[in-house]
Formats: sequence, C-alpha cells, structure tokens
Amino acid sequence: MIESLVTQLEKQHLIAAFALVGATMYVSYLISAKLTRGRVHGSAIAIMAGLALAYFGGIHTGGTKGLADISLFAGLGLMGGGMLRDLAIIATAYGVRFQEIREAGISGIVALFLGVLVSFVAGVAVAYAFGYRDPVSLTTIGAGTVTYIVGPIAGASIGASSEIIALSIAAGLFKSILVMVMTPMAARYIGLDNPRSAMIFGGLMGTTSGVAAGLAATDPKLVPYGAMTATFYTGLGALLAPSVLYIGVRAIF
Amino acid sequence: MVIYGVALLAGCMLVGLWAGDVLGMLLGVESNVGGVGIAMLMLIFLGGYLMDKKKMPPSTESGITFWNGMYIPIVVAMAASQNVAAAFDGGMIALLASLVAVVASFALVPFLNRLGRKSDATQPTPETPPTKPAVSKEPSAQAARSRGTLVSAPSRSPTRHAR
Repeated sequence: MIESLVTQLEKQHLIAAFALVGATMYVSYLISAKLTRGRVHGSAIAIMAGLALAYFGGIHTGGTKGLADISLFAGLGLMGGGMLRDLAIIATAYGVRFQEIREAGISGIVALFLGVLVSFVAGVAVAYAFGYRDPVSLTTIGAGTVTYIVGPIAGASIGASSEIIALSIAAGLFKSILVMVMTPMAARYIGLDNPRSAMIFGGLMGTTSGVAAGLAATDPKLVPYGAMTATFYTGLGALLAPSVLYIGVRAIF
Repeated sequence: MVIYGVALLAGCMLVGLWAGDVLGMLLGVESNVGGVGIAMLMLIFLGGYLMDKKKMPPSTESGITFWNGMYIPIVVAMAASQNVAAAFDGGMIALLASLVAVVASFALVPFLNRLGRKSDATQPTPETPPTKPAVSKEPSAQAARSRGTLVSAPSRSPTRHAR
C-alpha cells in the first residue's frame, strides 16, 4: 500500500511537487497570520521553509539540488528549475506599463554596473582579508560574489583551481540566500516600495533567484521590475569579471 | 482560448532567451545576457498591442495570469531545490563575502534612488515623441488604466493592475 503510494509520487513527480508546495504555502500563510499576525509575509516564511528543507535534503543525500535530490521530491527540481521559473517571471511582466521601466531606465543601468562592481570589490576584499594574495583567486572569489554563475565562468577563463571555484559558487549561493531572507526585512529602510526602487534593487543585487524571491516576499507587484534588471546582471558580470575587473585586480595586487 | 495566452508567453520566452544567447555570443560571454528581460519587454509590448486591438479576451489573458499566479509557488520550489548545504560548506569566507556584498548593495538602493530621480526628471520630455514604440506605448498605458490600474504619479506607486 505505502509502497505503491511512494511509487505513484515518484512517477507523478511534478504533480507531487504542486501538492507539496501548495501544502507548504498553506502552512506558511497560516503561521504568518496566526503567529506573526501578518507581520512576516507568508511567502517569506514559505521561502525560508523551502531553504531549510533544501538544507536538510542536501545533507541527507549529499547532492546539489536540495530537497529535489530525494527521489520522492524530484518534481521540485522541475517546478523550481530554470524553465518554469523563467516562464513565471516573464508572465509577471504582463500588464506592466513601459513608462515605468523607461523612467527608471538610466538609474537601472547605473545600478547594474555599480552592483557588479560593489559585489566584486566586497568579495575581493574579504578574500584578501582571509589571506588570498594571487590575482586569479581574488578575481574568482570576487566574481562568485557577483553571482554563482559568474564565479565559475571567470574562474574557468583565468585558470583558477577547482577549490577556489567551489568557494566562489558558495559565496554566490550565500548571496542569493541572503537576498531572499533579508529583502523583506530591509525593504522598509531602503525605500523598496515602488517600481523605480525595485528596478534599482534588481540591478544592484543581480541574483535573479534572490531578487525574485526577496521581492515576492516583500510585495509581489514589484517582482517584474526587479527581475527585469536583474536578468542583465549575470551577463554583465560574466562580461566584466574575467576582463576589466581581472586586469584591475592584477594591476593592484 | 487559454492556449493562445500560454503560447504568446512561451513565444516571448523563446525569442527572448534566444536573443539573450545571441547577445552573449556577440559580446563574447559564455552566458545569456538579459534573455528573460528581453522576453519581458516583448510581452509588455505585444500584450499591450493586442490589448489595444481587443485581441486579448479574458480566456486568452488567463493563460498568462495563471503563470503569473504560479510565480510564488515556483519560487518556493526553487528555494527548496537550491544547494544550501554547499553554501554552508563554503564556510566563513563565502558567508562574509556575500554578507558584505549584500549589505553594501542594500545601502546603495536609497542613494541611487535619489540620484536617479533628479537626472531622470529632465529626461523623458525630449525623448518621448521620436521613438517608434511610443505609438503602441501610449494606448497600452491607457488600456491598462481603463482596466483598473492605479492612475498615479509616474515614479511613485506600483501600477500593475491588481488581479
């Protein structure tokens, strides 16, 4: 009996993921309403629950996809994977007024460049403080702090060791987790309540998953604006890190 | 039909991601440059255009709004399939590097917000008439308004229509 249920859940993995996420959302919104009286948004709790589950999933299986590595929950990987995520992010743009985007356009572009630079410098500075001195390692860790996609791209093109690349990925992963968790808390203090600041925010943070989840937990109306600029960030980082930024690091160290 | 909306969304995504790949190749980067952002812009323009032409009946729209509504659950599934354990394996240096980066970036948001507002205030006026998309842009804004959007000062409030 139980075995056949498990078999079905494994076979219909995407459907099982819908049910599981639905249940998680229900419990999270219940906790939000009853325990925090709506002060912590239900989606913020749901995202943190997701991260916690991913941690235990990762520990349990030693895999790289969090809870999705447990075959029972494999559907989560498909549901939360790049394909459906991008589709849903694009869908949020429907009904957005182009005027809003144009008005924040220039600040959005400035935010993109500044965001890549600030994260890179932060990563390099911390790596330096921890005793790294060679430009290749410093650049790779800095690039990983930009996003966990830029780290490996930069590291591979300038010849970093695999431990350094792994470290850079970890820095990028932490960044996206921190943005997910901290955005709803910080939103009020940084004026994150309108499309314009959301676009600037997306450009500065860059991690699409972090921005998307952080804004969803803050105010879902802001998601398309933040996501729009954030999707240019990784490309810009991949462009700058192994070239201009690497040359800069080499000139200094 | 619902599928028309889903197909429009899918078409925008495919063209946008392809354009992002081409852009990445042209720039010599092994990465997609803004594919999702390009797709979003396409959906804004195409959706706005079709809305004006009265080619977006509610059933077609629901094909897009469904995926819009699935957004947060998908993000929760994404969170649950992140490599959180690996992040913790990276230890203090990874945590500190990202914490410094995130806090510094947070601090820059209000700064850029103020900075941009001044320079942008002088921008839109000369820019509006000559650009070609302006033709489809204006009516789409009107359409959005007539469909129950908040009409407001341009830069302040969220103006997507509430569903």
